[in-house]
Order: sequence, then structure tokens, then C-alpha cells
Amino acid sequence: MSVITSLTDKDRIFTNLYGYQPWTLQAARGRGDWDNTKALLELGQDKIIDVMKASGLRGRGGAGFPTGTKWSFMPKTPSPERPSFLVINADESEPGSCKDREIIRHDPHKLIEGALVAGFAMRARAAYIYIRGEYIREAETLFAAVQEAYDAGLVGKNACGSGYDFDVFVHRGAGAYICGEETAMIESLEGKKGQPRLKPPFPAGAGLYGCPTTVNNVESIAVAPTILRRGAEWFASFGAENNRGTKLFQISGHVEKPCVVEEAMSIPFRELIEKHCGGIRGGWDNLLAVIPGGSSVPLVPAKEIMDAPMDFDGLKAVGSGLGTAAIIVMDKSTDVVRAISRISYFYKHESCGQCTPCREGTGWMWRVMERLRTGDAEIGEIDMLQQVTKQVEGHSICALGDAAAWPIQGLIKHFRPELERRITDRKGGGLAPMQEAAE
Amino acid sequence: MPKLKVDGIEVEVPQGATVLQACEAAGKEIPRFCYHERLSIAGNCRMCLVEVKPGPPKPQASCALPAADNQEVFTTSPMVKHAREGIMEFLLINHPLDCPICDQGGECDLQDQAVAYGRGHSRFQENKRAVTEKYMGPIVKTIMTRCIQCTRCVRFAEEVSGVEEIGAIYRGENMQITSYLEKAVTSELSGNVVDLCPVGALTSKPYSFEARPWELRKTLTIDVMDAVGTNIRLDSRGRQVLRSLPRVNEDVNEEWATDKTRHAVDGLVRRRLDRPFVRRDGKLVGASWDEAFGLIANVAKSAGDSVAAVAGDLVDCETMFAAKALLKDLGSSLLEGRQTGMDYDTSSLAAVNFNTTIAGIERADAILLVGTNLRWEASLVNTRIRKAIKRGAKVWAIGPETELTYKVEWLGNDLAVLGELPEAVTEAFGKAERPAVIVGGGALKGAHGAALGLVEKLGLIKDGWNGFNVVHMAASRMGGLLLGYAQKAGISALYDAKLAFFLGADECDFTRFTGFKVYVGHHGDKGAAAADVVLPGASYAEKFGTYVNLEGRVQRGNRAVFAPGDAREDWTIFRALSETLGRPLPFDTFDELRAAMALDCPELANEGLLTFAWNPPALETRAEGVLEGYPIKDFYLTNAICRASPTMQRCSTELVHGETFAEAAE
Repeated sequence: MSVITSLTDKDRIFTNLYGYQPWTLQAARGRGDWDNTKALLELGQDKIIDVMKASGLRGRGGAGFPTGTKWSFMPKTPSPERPSFLVINADESEPGSCKDREIIRHDPHKLIEGALVAGFAMRARAAYIYIRGEYIREAETLFAAVQEAYDAGLVGKNACGSGYDFDVFVHRGAGAYICGEETAMIESLEGKKGQPRLKPPFPAGAGLYGCPTTVNNVESIAVAPTILRRGAEWFASFGAENNRGTKLFQISGHVEKPCVVEEAMSIPFRELIEKHCGGIRGGWDNLLAVIPGGSSVPLVPAKEIMDAPMDFDGLKAVGSGLGTAAIIVMDKSTDVVRAISRISYFYKHESCGQCTPCREGTGWMWRVMERLRTGDAEIGEIDMLQQVTKQVEGHSICALGDAAAWPIQGLIKHFRPELERRITDRKGGGLAPMQEAAE
Repeated sequence: MPKLKVDGIEVEVPQGATVLQACEAAGKEIPRFCYHERLSIAGNCRMCLVEVKPGPPKPQASCALPAADNQEVFTTSPMVKHAREGIMEFLLINHPLDCPICDQGGECDLQDQAVAYGRGHSRFQENKRAVTEKYMGPIVKTIMTRCIQCTRCVRFAEEVSGVEEIGAIYRGENMQITSYLEKAVTSELSGNVVDLCPVGALTSKPYSFEARPWELRKTLTIDVMDAVGTNIRLDSRGRQVLRSLPRVNEDVNEEWATDKTRHAVDGLVRRRLDRPFVRRDGKLVGASWDEAFGLIANVAKSAGDSVAAVAGDLVDCETMFAAKALLKDLGSSLLEGRQTGMDYDTSSLAAVNFNTTIAGIERADAILLVGTNLRWEASLVNTRIRKAIKRGAKVWAIGPETELTYKVEWLGNDLAVLGELPEAVTEAFGKAERPAVIVGGGALKGAHGAALGLVEKLGLIKDGWNGFNVVHMAASRMGGLLLGYAQKAGISALYDAKLAFFLGADECDFTRFTGFKVYVGHHGDKGAAAADVVLPGASYAEKFGTYVNLEGRVQRGNRAVFAPGDAREDWTIFRALSETLGRPLPFDTFDELRAAMALDCPELANEGLLTFAWNPPALETRAEGVLEGYPIKDFYLTNAICRASPTMQRCSTELVHGETFAEAAE
């Protein structure tokens, strides 16, 4: 099977991504959503999970865990006292990410249908859609769309006439980035302070209200019905081995036409930018670096990213990651140190404060980054900062510590000369620092 | 039973144990701040990171990781060392390092672990974070800049004391621990957060800037503030007890103590009787021992056998035995300890004992409280009931509604309900495997017989389980009952005695006593004010003594300091007085006294839990009366020592009577 890395219109899943048509149930039906969903459910739980596994879909929230496998962790016979739950992560707060927003405001029925299908497959009693607090209009749309689905009998008691009872609840967050972490989201849903839980136990064992729970990204859920309709083979025909399917890429920054676009996985970076974004501002020679997966992954300098395939493994090979495929493009006008420093500030601001390395480390890293930005530092502090990031990375409860450490590690790895230049410049025009006389 | 290897040492740990526990079983020390055996696992300090194979290529928090078969744990590998140094550095970057002026200095986990696991220097060049103080009440002093956000105090308040008034606000490096609306924490166990705090963020307010731990002499003894018999350590310097801390005793107090136990000790140096007093012209004036003894001898001559002794709530068995021996010589057995007029039947001590035991009540699955406000009468029994509820127990209560820190179904305050318990209760007790009834002092008067009647009706006694319990409030009570300090008619039998000794008794109605009153005690409280002769004795901190707690556990206390001035250990006062009366008691040393006491009352010969044979008296089983209130009106002022303690007075005005205090501006 040849690898398709370029998508044609007929193969797009999100056919109303740009809102050219209304989001309503009627319009969505016209686009093929809710088309005999009962038949999808009649495939049976195991078959649905098998198709999802065969499709090679990896979680679209950033970590890239195979979705079908995740669903299969749920108990096969949930007890009435401990029903299973599906939690859908719409707390899209990663700087650079804006794909879930497009799905929710223009194609919410894809998500709701996906919720039913996925919830049915994992034998869940209900789905909770946790939507980011700042998404006010989007939440309004989602509330209305869920109501439409209830009114049409698509969810609720005897959903779609399948005999399966399934509720969909929409819960608005209060604007905390950390609530996008799956266990913090569960805490927040329970009405507690959004702080990640210790794992184990994993949510599939004890999640929402202590019941088996699966947390999935909006995109992972929204593509499920289409995969089931068009088949695993079709979905797996896009992208490289182990990185199958189509993906919403969100390109922002110094391109001619920033956009959100659905493309095949593994599309080379250059092709993606040329095809959809009108190229880099000032041409390819003007490209400085790219953050390929949202603010938490390390940046990749221009020469390494240009021909890299945009998928999990391809970006891992260049020392970064696909994340949510939120591609932040920076041309040579960018103050890259300031950019990373701003990202550090973001993580310092969003750390929940529960565990030591992240609570203390993010503030320290940001303060050192600010001094490196102005050059008000010693050369040795670059290495110290690198060590501090290593002290945070891998030592915290959740991945926010890692997310705060990686951008800085990427900066030091690729732009150390720039950091040193600022320090020596400030000390006196590129000359070696003067020795202080002993007193 | 998972088997795993810790640094090459093979250990087997119980199912459900954590890697940290496995490391301890292997004799490896794991540093920790947030982890505490008696609290839920938070896993947030990250100090206990270890390397575990198989597992992800990063260190794991051992406090939260379940031990599993074939795990290999490394506690000293470079990865672990690096992790610990990193965490230590992070904890210290925003810590003020004001150890020289910090009360935690010398007993600070952060200090100790920084020495053991830190790098010894900091690379942090930025400004440190500062946090404003939070008001937590009269017991807990806060210096929140020192806080390392381990959340032990939050978990304690929520899980053990049952008062959800401590929490964390804000997030990230701005996260702060605070009390709800910065008001005083309304828990009688709040002082425990001071012990739990691994740093100097929460320290003891009354003890602030008093002493360094290495200056203190530590004496292991028993607390007398209630009948639980909390195991404590008195820390003293010179002649003063500076603080009281709980010791671990799983059977009694686990490792907690009430605020009264901890902070009444500043009452030990106030309002003390430090010389004998005699009443002349209606006023008490200082006198010599000979003068005082002469007066008593005079009265004794004419009193004949009309001599009585009233035991106070705080006295030890030895004092009671010495007084009993003296009275026996004089031909009297008018002994009573129930000062407030209780006259319940004491023919079988099992019928007035906490038979389930304090630790045992944790396992009860249905509990009926009859006229007891356990939160004030025996706070540490109350925490056990909270644990029982966590395991699924249900609790009903008869009495005026009050906040017990857990969910209770109230059955009204009419004791008659004991005769006709609602069906829901009898049904639940019928199904219960380990049912328990707890009768408080408030209900013993009208409902003792009815409560004993429930033993049969609710099936409280099963194989290996006795669910009938009585809660006493005085440390001397069970010991007194063993020694015969109980009259059939209660204290009224003593009113007409021509000579009455009050052994630290301050709670009785002195106007009813018509004879000559001798007060032997340590504080100038109500008893001394009413007495004709006052003989200065020793408090619990100043004498060796035997105490029997409410479950019948014989425990021995030790002397921490000496009594002030002319005051003497109580038994020596009776020994000296007996000489003056011409009937010398047959013991010259404390050991001889104990031997004589053991002969008289073999139960007191050895330390440990007594078990009483179950042969309850046949009593009237009809309960009457409406409970208007509970015996303890003010938790903080229940005895002479607390009433003399400025800390307890402050707690009372602020926490019981709701007055607010303005802090002086600095």
C-alpha cells in the first residue's frame, strides 16, 4: 500500500471546517452525519473497537496513544453501581492549538455522534464534554447542538433507536490550562480544584467519581463515525506506517496564510506550507524555526524541519513531537529567546502548584529566561538552566513539568550561540568580559 | 504478598503496600515531606522518588506506587540522587532559610533532609517568594513563607479532624495554604497540624520562641485532661513544663492529642498552691505544714469514723489509694469520685467500661450514641468513629443535636426512645456484625439500665466482641472505681462527714458539705477556695502515678518536674498526716505504696488493658428524662489546670464563645 501524504477533497472528514454551511443538525445530516448511526452501533462493541484499532488512529490530543486500544481498556461488563464514562477533552488551551474550536463551532454533530459511537463501544453510560471556559460562543453552539440531538432522539434514552441509553453532558471549564490534563479534568468535573491525580490508578480503572473513565480528545472522537462508515482500510491509507489517518493541522505565525486544514498525516512540512499557507513569509530562506506541535514541544530549526514528515515519528526523529499539530512558524524577524521566554511565562502561570518541581521550577526557569532575553546573565547560567529543566522534566506528577522544560531545552540545543551573544553583547560589545579587580 | 528487591535486598510486603513501605521493610530510608502513614497519599512533594524496574525510564514517587512482584527498586542510584538533589533545591529556592529564628529549628524535616540529601548550595539568584501570614486560631502560628505546600495540614483537617477549614488557594508558585476566610480553625485537634508540618510554617503559638528542642528534658507520661489516657511526652526545661506532645500508641491515641492536652501545660505554672493554707477568721492564710496538720488532727480526734474523701478528676491511683488507706485506718470507707452527683451502679465494672476498646470501635459497623458529645468528651474516640464511618459504619445518636464532624442520624433528645428504637435502627443493628452502643455521662443517670437492656435486644455481645461502652470524662474515674471510690447514693453519702478530704476535687457542690474541709491539690481553684485547710500537692507532671483510662487500660505516668515551693507529692502528704494522727501508714517509699496498692487492688499491679467479666447488674430498663445538654459546657475549661491556662482561656473565649481578638499592629 503506497503512502498517501496528500489529501483530496473527497477524503476530508471535516467537510464544514470553515463554516461555509450552518452547524445545525439539518445541515449536518446533509453532510452525512447521523446517517443511520443505528447501523454503526449494530456492528457491536468489539467490532467497533477492532475497526478503530485497524484504522491506526492515534489520539489527537498530543500523546498519540492508539485510540482503539485505549477504548479496549474499559470493563466489558460495567456494574450498575460503577457505570463507565466517556470524558471528551475540549479544553483546548495549548498555545497554537485551535482545531477543536473549529470542530465544535462548525461541525458539532460530528463530535456528538462520535460521542455516542465511542461511548457505546466502551459501554459508557454518558459522555461529558469538558469545554474550555473561554470558548463562549463555541459552548453555546455545543449546548444547542446537544439539545438538537436530544430532541431528534439521537442521544438520550434509546439513542438513535438502538435501544442503548446514552447521555451527553456539556461542562464548561473555568479557563485553566491544567484542566486539559485528563485526571485534572476529572477532578474539575467532580467540582474540585483542577489538579492532576497520581497514576496509577489510571482513569480506565478509577476515573470520574471513581468509575471507569476514558478521556479522549475532541478530534479523536469526531473522526470515529466517519472511520466506521468508510472503513479502517480507507483511514489507514493515509500517512506513514504507525502514523495513519488524516489530521487537522493548525498553522500559525509567519506564513502568508495561516489556517487550520485537514491533511494526510506524514505530509512533508514544505508541502503542507506551500499547499495551504502560501509559503513562508519572505520565502524559505527567511524561515528561522518551527514549533511543530503546540507550545510544549521543542522547536526545530529551519533546515531540519523543512523536509520532515509531519507525523509522530517523523517529528520525534528531529527531536520534537507532533503534539496537537499546532504548527507555530517563526521567520528570522522573530526574537526567538523572547518567544520561548513567553512560553515559559505561560507554564509558570498555568502550573497548578501541586507538586514541587513544576511549582518551583517553572517560576525559576521563566525568571532565568527573562534575564537571558536581555542578556543580563552569566554564560554559566545557560548550563544551569539546562540542568534545571532536567530537574523538572520527568519528576512531576503530570506532563506539565515536561511541557515547561522541553521548549527551553530546544532553545538551548539549537540557539545557544544566540543566548551567548546577548550576554556578551550586554557585557560590552562582543569583547570578553572585563576582569574585576580584586579588592 | 508481592516479593521485590530493594537495592538487591529481597523483601516480601503485604498486598497493597507501597514501594516506600517496601523500602522501609528493607531498611532503606526514603526521604519524604508530604507522605504520612495516617493521611491519604498526596504524592506531591516528589522527595520520595526512586528508580523502579520495570517501569518508565524516569524516577517514580515511591509513596504512591504499589509494590508488585519482581520489581527492582533502587534507592541510591545516580538517577535517584539527582532527583532528590533537584527536589531539595526546588524546595529551598523559595524557602526563607530563616532557621535561626524559626521555632522548628532542630526538629525540622526540611533541615534534616537538606543536610542528608541536598547539594549544600543554591544556584537560585532571583528574589524569593513571600507569603502573608494566615490566621488559624489561638493554637497555630503561621509563617506561610516557609510553607512547602505538602498539604499534610489540609489532609489532616479533612480526614482526621473532620473539619474542612484548611485548604489551598491560588495555583502554581502562588499556591497558598490558608484557613477558610482566614478564621480560626474550629477543631479541638488543630494543634496536631503543628506536629505534622514538616517545616516551620505551622508552629505552636503559645510555645513560640520559648525553647530549642535540644534544651528540653523529655519525660514520657500520660495525659489527664480527659479519660482517654493520651500517651504524651512532656518537654521541660528547669522547673517548667514547656510543652506536651503526643507519643505513638496505636491502641489509645495513635499519634494525636487534643489541643487541651497540648496546651493546658502553661496552666501548670499559674495559680499554683505552693504552701499550706489555713482558714482564720474566714480567710485563708499561709501556714506551715505542722500548723495545718495540727488543725486536721484536732478535727480528726472528734470526727471518729465520720471521715470522707472525694477524688478529683485528675488524680492518680496512688493518691487515691493513700487517702483510702488513711480513711480505712480511721474506720471509714466514705470514698467517692463522681463529684457531680452521679450514682450509677458500679457493682460490675464491665457495665461502666468502654468494652469495645478505643482501637476496637474503629471496626464497629453500627453505632448508637446515647447522650454523649464525643467530640468534647473523648475527642480521640471521636476520630476513631470517623474511621469506622469511612469503613462503612452508620451512626445514630440520642441527645441534643450537635456537630460531631460526621454524619449522624439524630433520634431526638428524649431518652425514652431507647425503649422503642425506630425500626431502621433495630434492623441495621440486627444486620450488623459488630454493633456498638456508646453511653455518655449525660445519659448514665436516666438510661444506664435501658442501655444495658439493649445488649440483649440489639445483640451487642458476640463472639470476641463486646459492643457496650460507657464514656467517662475524668482521668481518675476508672482507677477510682477500681479502688472503691463510689457510694451507692453517690456523693450525697459524704455530705455529712465531719472531716472531708478533697483530692484535687474542684467540681463538687461544696456548700453541701457540712464538716471540716481539707483540700489536697495543686491549683487554687474552687476546691481550695472552699476549704478550711489547703495542703499543696503535685500535678500530673510532678509525680509518678497510675491512671486507668476509659477502656480500662492501666498506664503509668512519670515525673517531669518538681512541684513548686512547699508542695509535695500527694501520697507523701497523706503519709505525713498519718504520722501526725498517730496511725502511720505502712509504706515509706513510693515502691512500697505501689506494692500495697497492688495487694489491695491486683488490677493495678501491672500496666495493660484490663478485661472485666461481663455480669451486668439487673437494673430498671425503662429510660426516662429528656437530655437538655451535655455534661461538658466548655471543652477548654474542664479542670483546674485548664482554667489556669491563658491559652485555654483564650481558646474558650474565641472558639466556644465566639469572641474575636484584634491582633496588635506591628
